Amino acid sequence: MSLELKNVTKRVGVDVYIHETSLRLEEGSFNILLGTTLAGKTTLMQLMAGLDRPSSGEVWFAGRNVTGVPVQKRNVSMVYQQFINYPNFSVYENIASPLRVAGMAQQEIDERVQKAADLLRLTPMLKRRPNELSGGQQQRTAIARALVKDFDLILLDEPLANLDYKLREELRDELPKLFAGRKCIVVYATTEPSEALLFGGNTATLFEGRVTQFGPTSGIYRRPRDLTSARVFSDPPINTARIAKKGDRITLENSVTWHVPKAAGVPDGDYTIGIRPHHITPVSQGRDASVIEGRVLVTELSGSESVIHFDMNGQTWVSQSHGIHPFEVGSTARLYVDVDQSFFFDGDNRLIGQDNRI
Amino acid sequence: MNKTVNQKAWFFVLPVFLLVAFNALIPLMTVVNFSVQETFGDNVFFWAGVRWFEEVLHSERFHAALVRQLLFTGIILLIEIPLGLAIALSMPRKGPWVSVCLVLMALPLLIPWNVVGAMWNIFALPDIGLLGRSINALGIEYNYTRQIFSAWFTMVLMDVWHWTSLVVLLCYAGLVSIPDAYYQAAKVDGARPWAVFRYIQLPKLKYVLTIAILLRFMDSFMIYTEAVVLTGGGPGNATTFLSIDLQKIALGQFDLGPAGAMSIIYFLIILFLSWLFYTLMMKDEAR
Repeated sequence: MSLELKNVTKRVGVDVYIHETSLRLEEGSFNILLGTTLAGKTTLMQLMAGLDRPSSGEVWFAGRNVTGVPVQKRNVSMVYQQFINYPNFSVYENIASPLRVAGMAQQEIDERVQKAADLLRLTPMLKRRPNELSGGQQQRTAIARALVKDFDLILLDEPLANLDYKLREELRDELPKLFAGRKCIVVYATTEPSEALLFGGNTATLFEGRVTQFGPTSGIYRRPRDLTSARVFSDPPINTARIAKKGDRITLENSVTWHVPKAAGVPDGDYTIGIRPHHITPVSQGRDASVIEGRVLVTELSGSESVIHFDMNGQTWVSQSHGIHPFEVGSTARLYVDVDQSFFFDGDNRLIGQDNRI
Repeated sequence: MNKTVNQKAWFFVLPVFLLVAFNALIPLMTVVNFSVQETFGDNVFFWAGVRWFEEVLHSERFHAALVRQLLFTGIILLIEIPLGLAIALSMPRKGPWVSVCLVLMALPLLIPWNVVGAMWNIFALPDIGLLGRSINALGIEYNYTRQIFSAWFTMVLMDVWHWTSLVVLLCYAGLVSIPDAYYQAAKVDGARPWAVFRYIQLPKLKYVLTIAILLRFMDSFMIYTEAVVLTGGGPGNATTFLSIDLQKIALGQFDLGPAGAMSIIYFLIILFLSWLFYTLMMKDEAR
């Protein structure tokens, strides 16, 4: 039982929402669609669900072509960013609604609803109406509805985006456990790279209607295929610069030169270097540390972390580090770069094949 | 906790108080004043107690006007609310036709009330009016200046024409504010159009419908201008609603005492019925 998109596209008028995409999602897998707003996550989900027909290409499920099959015949459920429940049904009836539509016997409905409610800690609220619940409980109800029946495909479209921080953390911890051991295919859309890393599973990075890369989440984070995937999968944004490499040295545009012995295997030439913000820190990592200096534009200090935005030859670079490093705005910061952890992208913005990752 | 007491705060309330006093409280008190006194002119008043109230409440004329008023309001609510909802549901949600529909719907609301009355007065005339002549041409005897049924028919039709738009616009605003995700969720569940209406749209429109019913109730209960211009309360007293009757007593007969008492009773009836409607429609929320 797998879901397969074969050369699927979606066009509306002259706008291309989804460029030709092929994806194969396996039974029991947790799949993340990662991309900014308007990257095409929701459209892709609608194509998977059958809420929308692809402009071209086919959707296959369990070895069957389901391209034209409407959503209600597909055993699919969906959870949205907004908390969608039937307003005048109790929590119990809301959770039971898919089972009622399926014409299940009352006793079994009872058992299943109780089980789903237990799992999502909704048992004390079963008699309430959605508008008497907190946002977190409303979303739990919606998730319970998606779990109560053995759906083949469960789509979660940024389900935690409208929740406040604390509830988001809570549900984020619970979600993977809820789906563990189920046969269904789960697709989870998010804009946050950190969420994708927490959930693990597989990730598809989306950019402007294209799936730029698909595979195990940590693999994509460690080895983005190209600059676009690296950008999508980095928050704060990944720092980039044009460099010239010669021998074991690289020279940046502002003629700073770093010593990169590990890049020795890369042929000499011009590249774009990509450095994740947490590989630029105010504390020297010893060894043959590479230094960069820049005028501080903004410092964001949270309790345990400092994010420093600084000017690097006309571009804004970001450093992210543990501890409090209160740089004055306008002062010149001296920062240390872990160049060994950086990515090299060639003229076509493809990652150069050296395995220098952790 | 220590509360700061600052008497100067009263100055902030003062402008509102003065304004309300000037445009509501003082005129209302004048009416109260009339309602408990007797006068023979020359600005000389005698105390009359609750006599006028008793008189009005026992008067058959008042009862008849009240029954007519309730009947009229009942009929137009039964027509305008479902009709308005149905029109709103069938209006397009997106595209160039939205603004066309909205403008068409808003049109009747932009016409001055006495003009609406005058329009329908002429439109429904049996000899020269388009509507009147057409109905008669169909072989149905129709003359709203002579037949009670014709007069009521015309009155109700005019009100429906004039005010259904308000219900439509309110419902439409309510409908477009329902997120698309609800409809998608319904589609995923395999809900039929009736279920979508019953379990999503109707519950989501509850507040808007409450407002629409309240507004239409209050307005139709106080209908005056259009009715006076169309029929003047006739034929006979067949369309003499409360406000028309009140006007006849107050300015036609210049019986200020009974008119004052009737005004207050009228006001209290509206207040009570509005409260009743609101409480009944909101009773589920109170839990």
